[in-house]
Amino acid sequence: MTDRDAWEPEAAPLVRPYVITKGRELPDEEQLSLITLVTAAPADPRRPARLSPEEQTLLDLCSAGYLSVAEVAGHTQLPLGVVRILLSSLAEGGHLVTRPPVAPAALADREILQEVLNGLRAKFG
Amino acid sequence: MVSAPSLGEQAYVRGGATQTAVKILVVGHFAVGKTTFIGSISEIEPLSTEETMTRAAEAVDDLKGVQGKTTTTVAMDFGRLTISDRVVLYLFGTPGQQRFVQMWEDMARGALGALILVDPERLADSFPVIDLIEQYGLDYAIAVNHFTGAPPRDEAALREALDLLADTPVVTCDARDEKSSAAALTTLVRYLLDRAH
Ligand SMILES: Nc1nc2c(ncn2[C@@H]2O[C@H](COP(=O)(O)OP(=O)(O)OP(=O)(O)O)[C@@H](O)[C@H]2O)c(=O)[nH]1
Ligand SMILES: [Mg+2]
Repeated sequence: MTDRDAWEPEAAPLVRPYVITKGRELPDEEQLSLITLVTAAPADPRRPARLSPEEQTLLDLCSAGYLSVAEVAGHTQLPLGVVRILLSSLAEGGHLVTRPPVAPAALADREILQEVLNGLRAKFG
Repeated sequence: MVSAPSLGEQAYVRGGATQTAVKILVVGHFAVGKTTFIGSISEIEPLSTEETMTRAAEAVDDLKGVQGKTTTTVAMDFGRLTISDRVVLYLFGTPGQQRFVQMWEDMARGALGALILVDPERLADSFPVIDLIEQYGLDYAIAVNHFTGAPPRDEAALREALDLLADTPVVTCDARDEKSSAAALTTLVRYLLDRAH
């Protein structure tokens, strides 16, 4: 393994995403949107985790509660595309629980908008 | 190496197991106050993230006419507001540049609507972002941010300059003020509700 500290600082972001995603394809965007909520699944002893350090880091971050995909990217400072790939790999492996956002078909739903409006009024008067 | 930030309890979505997320966009031209707006009402410290390929565009932004501003948003920033036990609202902010196409698609898909921040002294700078929002078919309201001591522009003149529909809401807003930002957001949501069937 090369000594990463010896790298040119600006070279790292160009190389790392491909390396840490092992060249995997971007996942279906519908599957993991910016606001899909994710959390670590309870560990399954019959399914020992063989995770890359980056996957383990994301899983650790997600173990204390739910975060949106965008928040995972924001907290780790990883590009969104990279985070999506790692998270969907974790989800496929059964290590991550995902909660999709409100389905586009339900967006015109007055109930949701009414709830948002009520919430804003309650919070800010 | 990926850092492993350890987050406090309040960083996580309250009642996440029963929550569904929705989002609203907070858009506008360079330095119009998007990050300030999101920061004024978000319950978390605003976060930012970028798509993989946006760095090349970083140096291009026009810094003219903006004083005391040393950094710019490369991609998007966002905040969060827990509405209830069922709904958590995310606010995503981004500048209007068409070149961030992938990011715009990600942000616009499934958004409830958009709040467009406008500086009345730089109206023409808002045209591209209004075009983009219309292109993505999102309903929107206009929030007019006042920066100078100049007298507020006549609303009719502003509507005409921005070529707004008669029912598009226009509110004035100080993005630094929580109540003022919340009022602008509330105006947008009330409008979205009126338009929902
Ligand atoms: N007077 C006044 N100043 C504001 C208002 N909103 C933001 N500002 C100031 O304007 C400057 C730019 O605000 P930002 O929130 O960084 O603008 P932005 O739209 O996020 O900028 P970019 O991300 O670079 O496009 C900051 O110095 C803010 O304090 C406002 O409503 N009134
Ligand atoms: Mg900003």
